[in-house]
Amino acid sequence: MGRLSSPQELEKYREGIRRRRDPHQAFITVCGGTGCHASGCHAVVDAFKKVIQEKAKGNGVGLRVTGCHGFCERGPLVVLHPQKVLYQRVKPEDAPKIFEETVLNGKIVESLLYEHPTTGEKIVSEEEVPFYKKQMRIIFGNNGSIDPAQIEDYLAVGGYQALCKALFSMKPEEVIREVKKANLRGRGGGGFPAGLKWEQCRNAPGEIKYVICNADEGDPGAYMDRSLLEGNPHSVLEGMIIGAYAIGAHEGYVFVRHEYPLAVVNIGIAIQQARELGLLGKEILGSGFSFDVQISRGGGAFVAGESTALMATIEGNVGEPRAKHIHTVISGLWDRPTNLNNVETWANVPLIIDRGADWYTQIGTEGSKGTKIFSLVGKVNNTGLVEVPMGITLREIVYDIGGGIPGGKKLKAVQTGGPSGGCIPESLIDLPVDFDRLTEVGSMMGSGGMIVMDESTCMVDVAKYFMNFLKDESCGKCTSCREGTRRMHEILMEITEGRGTLDHLDLLEELGWVTAEASLCALGGTAPNPVLSTLRYFRDEYKEHILNKRCPAKVCRALLKYRILSDVCTMCGRCAKACPVEAISGKVKTKKEKGIPFKIDEQKCIKCGMCFESCKFEAIEVQ
Amino acid sequence: MIPITIDGQPVEGKEGENILQVALDAGFDIPHLCYNENVKPYGACRLCLVEVVRRGRSRMTTACTYPVMEGIEVLTQSEKVLRARRMIMELILAMCPGDKLIQDMAKQMGVEQVRFKKDDNKDCILCGLCARVCDEVVGAHAISFAFRGDRREMVPPFLGEAMNCIACGACVVVCPVDVIRMKEEGDERTIIRWKRTLKMKQCKVCGNYFAPWFQLEKFKERAKLPKDFFDVCFTCRG
Ligand SMILES: Cc1cc2nc3c(=O)[nH]c(=O)nc-3n(C[C@H](O)[C@H](O)[C@H](O)COP(=O)(O)O)c2cc1C
Ligand code: SF4
Ligand code: FES
Repeated sequence: MGRLSSPQELEKYREGIRRRRDPHQAFITVCGGTGCHASGCHAVVDAFKKVIQEKAKGNGVGLRVTGCHGFCERGPLVVLHPQKVLYQRVKPEDAPKIFEETVLNGKIVESLLYEHPTTGEKIVSEEEVPFYKKQMRIIFGNNGSIDPAQIEDYLAVGGYQALCKALFSMKPEEVIREVKKANLRGRGGGGFPAGLKWEQCRNAPGEIKYVICNADEGDPGAYMDRSLLEGNPHSVLEGMIIGAYAIGAHEGYVFVRHEYPLAVVNIGIAIQQARELGLLGKEILGSGFSFDVQISRGGGAFVAGESTALMATIEGNVGEPRAKHIHTVISGLWDRPTNLNNVETWANVPLIIDRGADWYTQIGTEGSKGTKIFSLVGKVNNTGLVEVPMGITLREIVYDIGGGIPGGKKLKAVQTGGPSGGCIPESLIDLPVDFDRLTEVGSMMGSGGMIVMDESTCMVDVAKYFMNFLKDESCGKCTSCREGTRRMHEILMEITEGRGTLDHLDLLEELGWVTAEASLCALGGTAPNPVLSTLRYFRDEYKEHILNKRCPAKVCRALLKYRILSDVCTMCGRCAKACPVEAISGKVKTKKEKGIPFKIDEQKCIKCGMCFESCKFEAIEVQ
Repeated sequence: MIPITIDGQPVEGKEGENILQVALDAGFDIPHLCYNENVKPYGACRLCLVEVVRRGRSRMTTACTYPVMEGIEVLTQSEKVLRARRMIMELILAMCPGDKLIQDMAKQMGVEQVRFKKDDNKDCILCGLCARVCDEVVGAHAISFAFRGDRREMVPPFLGEAMNCIACGACVVVCPVDVIRMKEEGDERTIIRWKRTLKMKQCKVCGNYFAPWFQLEKFKERAKLPKDFFDVCFTCRG
């Protein structure tokens, strides 16, 4: 196929693809996303290939390796189309059975179905699984059915339709108006209105302008951008082309971290295929509008995702933020007007143009429209990537989609927004999740990370953990950010090791304020969130550490007290042998001798917990 | 000329100037450590914080990185500004508690005590002036920041000898906390911190060792000077 030179040619080409595809034809999708990759999906794919080759002669059963479906925890995931039967935790040896029973005979393999964690009911269809039921997968949904390396798959589900609409029936200003009307807000963290940014960039003086896609995704717990780029790269690319048309840019960059090799490969293939079809490059679809995209690889520092640091990196300079009193939309990459948006922001654009702002704004809340993809992790039954309408409550995410807390434990807090997000206490579980509500309660949307914490989590320890990350990942330029995060971490160490004072709490608050107010970029600006939000909602837990030298969640090791219950002790002596510092004394009971119950010398004890692990009789108590 | 106000007083700045420059020229006192008018503003120490009111919105920002813009109001002594500066000063004092200049600045700002563990093994305040002078004024690019976060350090490449260093001593002069030292012994000059020792050239007239060979070679190369240009020292040349 050569370059398509009109929208009519694209439609004809699309029709051809669709005609060749029978919607009733059976095909097997195996999730090839990051999570399923880790749980061994490649062996499953090979097993299916073999079975199909052997048994499906001429039968035309399709096999498709797709991007991430989101339910990574249950991987490898296999979905059989057109019935959409979901099989989970599939092993290579299951392939022949699945093929025989379901593909050929339409019967269900019960043992591979997802079982409802509370009712025990077996669920057949992907859509009926509670994890998916409350989701609204308008951005992420196609990940599960298309092969990211085949532009035909994307075209078959209506891909590049929005681009045609924008190029041939809308003026650039109309595209901007539509995006503004949809109130699309940046998914990269800040929630800045994308339409407004586009307009400012369009109006900025200068012939050469750039659009950039931010796929740096520096939050170690989030992987939605990676999964979108891996699983549906054309949706991101289509968004960028539409944006470039609206802004008047002819060059674009996808900035992606080099730890995401599959994302780099897949977006590379997508760019190549789009170029070959005339959807990218000179005179796109014969419209007279030209635009091309390059991939730029980032080194992987958290701060490199910050807009000015990212642009410095593309320019080949040190990836350090700089002051931007003149906005990057006016003077960005190589001092030219530059519009940067996040992967997910770009992926929303085709949908808005295709279905219209009126449709789009029906989803979400007053100030936040559309959906948001979260990476749901931590102490929750169903972990994975979830796409939900803005305004859904935390309760629905944690309990309905996430399936609640494992092991009958109690929910304590939900941490949102990545390393510099905040902790939201259980009492606010009915909070509708959107940009503004999250900020109001002292957290943020940030990267879309969402960590569920149960009662066994110590909130002071959580704050310490994130502060440790941030003090390492601050670029180190601003005194307030570098020293502020370091000193907050230092004080949290003091508190968790039993040397805290009440004055420390005031000092933490003051440091938090200065770090946020006086630092250059949003890393410093948001870095105190973990500390300030836990101080706001869990101050008593801090005080317990300080005043009673006790960690209620029994996490902070230095504050634990080990004691041997003398009436339970069988005088076996195992603990004394296990103790590395000989802090345990007593006498082993034998047939001949009476023995003396064992005791721990608190002065010598280094709280390593070896004795606790070694005792077979639950004679050791931790306080 | 761009009219602005600083603490209510009308002041004028030139296009391209920053608030700190204009304020200092007009006699306002704003503490600063990483700013030097010979190099580009960097915004690292955060001491020069001021409040800027623009189009009715107020925000705290560093004066050295903020360009003068028509109609802005600058507050150099607001409660918020003083509060933030004091904490930053305390943080800097904790980094190098022994330095006289830092002690004096802290005292002047009312920072009486340091509530953090004092750093005994650090002395540099990471203002970056040495590297900026070396890059922008000298053009030698001998040193740079390395590492992120609280491991940040100003170092020669690969932590070894600064091979591009011409031992001119510009960094020695510009360092606000005086931790870059130079020593001259016989025919050698050493910039101790950058582990750089260079042989000096002897003047054909007076016999004094007057400048490092390497430096003079670089200068000749850059300015396309005749081979024997530096055979005689600056003093003897008159
Ligand atoms: C420390 C730091 C890290 C960031 N990392 C990312 C990132 O990984 N991906 C991203 O899209 N935005 C990141 N951002 C936000 C970007 O600076 C920028 O606001 C965003 O890419 C703009 O796109 P949007 O408006 O579509 O969200 C980061 C910001 C900061 C301060
Ligand atoms: S706020 Fe922190 S990360 Fe941002 S520029 Fe300053 S030191 Fe670097
Ligand atoms: S003088 Fe402005 S930040 Fe240091």
